[in-house]
Amino acid sequence: MSATAQTTAAPGLTAARPSRVAGALAGLSVLRAAVLGVLGLLAVAGAWEGYKALAPEDGVVIGDSRVLPRTTDLAMPHVWDMLQRLGEPVSSLRGAAPLWQVVADAVLVSLKVAAAGWVAGTAIGLLLALLMARLRIAEWGLLPWIVLSQTVPLIAFAPMVRSWGSRIEIGGWEWPPWMSVALIASYLAFFPVAVGALRGLQSTDRVHTELMHSYDAGWWATMRRVRMPAAVPHLLPALRLGAAGAVVGTVVAEVSIVYPDGIGRMLVTFAGQASGDPEKAWAPIFGAIVLGLVAGGFIALLGLLLRTYRRGEAP
Amino acid sequence: MTTDRPLPTAPVPDQEDHVDAPQPEHERPARRATDSEPDHAFGAPPAVRASGVSKTFGSRRSQVSALSEVDLTVAAGEFVALIGPSGCGKSTLMRLVADLETPSSGSLEVFGKPAARARADQDYGIAFQQAGLLPWRTVAANIALPLELHGAPRAERKQRVAELVELVGLGDFARSRPDQLSGGMQQRVAIARSLAERPRLLLMDEPFGALDEMTRERMQAELARISVETGAAVVFVTHSIPEAVFLADRVVVMSARPGRITDEIVTGIGRDVVRDEHLREDPAFFRKVTEVREALHAGPVSAAGAHER
Ligand SMILES: Nc1ncnc2c1ncn2[C@@H]1O[C@H](COP(=O)(O)OP(=O)(O)OP(=O)(O)O)[C@@H](O)[C@H]1O
Ligand SMILES: [Mg+2]
Repeated sequence: MSATAQTTAAPGLTAARPSRVAGALAGLSVLRAAVLGVLGLLAVAGAWEGYKALAPEDGVVIGDSRVLPRTTDLAMPHVWDMLQRLGEPVSSLRGAAPLWQVVADAVLVSLKVAAAGWVAGTAIGLLLALLMARLRIAEWGLLPWIVLSQTVPLIAFAPMVRSWGSRIEIGGWEWPPWMSVALIASYLAFFPVAVGALRGLQSTDRVHTELMHSYDAGWWATMRRVRMPAAVPHLLPALRLGAAGAVVGTVVAEVSIVYPDGIGRMLVTFAGQASGDPEKAWAPIFGAIVLGLVAGGFIALLGLLLRTYRRGEAP
Repeated sequence: MTTDRPLPTAPVPDQEDHVDAPQPEHERPARRATDSEPDHAFGAPPAVRASGVSKTFGSRRSQVSALSEVDLTVAAGEFVALIGPSGCGKSTLMRLVADLETPSSGSLEVFGKPAARARADQDYGIAFQQAGLLPWRTVAANIALPLELHGAPRAERKQRVAELVELVGLGDFARSRPDQLSGGMQQRVAIARSLAERPRLLLMDEPFGALDEMTRERMQAELARISVETGAAVVFVTHSIPEAVFLADRVVVMSARPGRITDEIVTGIGRDVVRDEHLREDPAFFRKVTEVREALHAGPVSAAGAHER
């Protein structure tokens, strides 16, 4: 059928290097996202300074409540002051590291804990989804509990989680406090993953499952070759939600467990010093934002790696 | 319809690459011939035997009778076309044979076995009404899917896929993904996939529906050639009367509500007759087309005419 090949050669020219074109497009969209991100930051900084310049010193008060914040340097330091403060030593002690470095270290610690929580939560969520996809009974039995689990504010029990953990001792090994934080992070991360992955695994086109049935393919072969790849478009938003949950869970759990090394605890400590050093209190907030951005960026990267599985079949 | 004109034995220009294209296809008939000999022998099981097969869908409250009392036998190596108005149960019949549905009543055998057994034995290859390609796999990987699932060695898989990709004229697109292909090209990939394991029975549900006329005619000629070379039986659903007559040994005409077989027309064109342009212009071919058209119109459903091509 070379004749057919010839007649279809013309469209072939446009589709000849799809991967390179897609790669270039992906690169472009990353660049565009970066530019938009920087523009967004500038806009926020501009709005901040604009409000500070224009609004009354004491904010806007209606009745007894202040609906817009004060613009004093104590409440809203100048953007450049905050940036400058990042480069100065964290405390007046001799040999103190610069503030940005201390914050970065705390971000890294929290990032590791959040990542551990996210990985554990994702693994558990995926396993639960697989189990529920395998057994109808498991779905009926488990799904309501999974949904219910999220109504229990585990963060409220964080100190208790910590004290349970501190009682765990296997051989010479002791349950370190960071694992309590990661546990709470995973608790928030697993839920969207379990639900999203289940939805994804159940979203397979009927024509595909029938095709596999016609090949007499077993459950696992169908799962691996069709249902899992088909679940990816549903899974990615779930992983993103899971990552957000892990980050929030980590920061909040650090605060309530009193885990001193992470960004969460630093937020509280530095806020306590805000009256004397207002710019310093903002540093861990920037750190927390960076933490969230890194988590989001990681998921975006994951989406890029899995982009083969996100194609729709042309109609 | 054994025509008076000498059968063209020399390849026609548009088909000349048949001689060299997929070599292993030519080795195949040798095996097939010995393979299928017992099939032609007396008492060999037919590819499909349906007797009194009915299928109703739905709950007790709202029932749809898709097929009613269908009797159909497809001999091994025979090419049968199913034609009939939309909704008359052609796809349903094919899905019953493929064991994707179970009959509500009646008995159905594929190569003398229950349909479920034949499916487990991989006795058939199927091309659905929609292409049903896996969008994340390349064209080559889509065609390789059944081979992969059934554990064909890598080298063999690669070679077979290369043959098939050429066969359906998608040599330049082996590494493309389905969303980069037109609907007709996707359909051709699905056809290649159904042929991958050289099944004894091919089930094809309007496989050429999405193709342009030229490609369609070329694919028809290819399919005719493949069915001869492999000795495979084919059940072929179509809405096109000329296509049915051109390809089939027998055209089975169905009518809707309830879906049943109303007529069968033996085309009389031997398997050994080369399906090419000459056949399309043969007066005997036209007579059969007319015969099928009349059989289709004789059906009680007024909409029948609307579905011809
Ligand atoms: N899964 C199902 N559930 C309920 N009804 C069904 C189902 N599958 C098919 N039917 C009904 O059975 C009848 C026959 O359908 P079928 O798909 O076999 O028709 P067809 O001859 O292939 O039509 P077309 O030429 O349009 O493809 C239709 O009335 C359809 O509504
Ligand atoms: Mg149909």
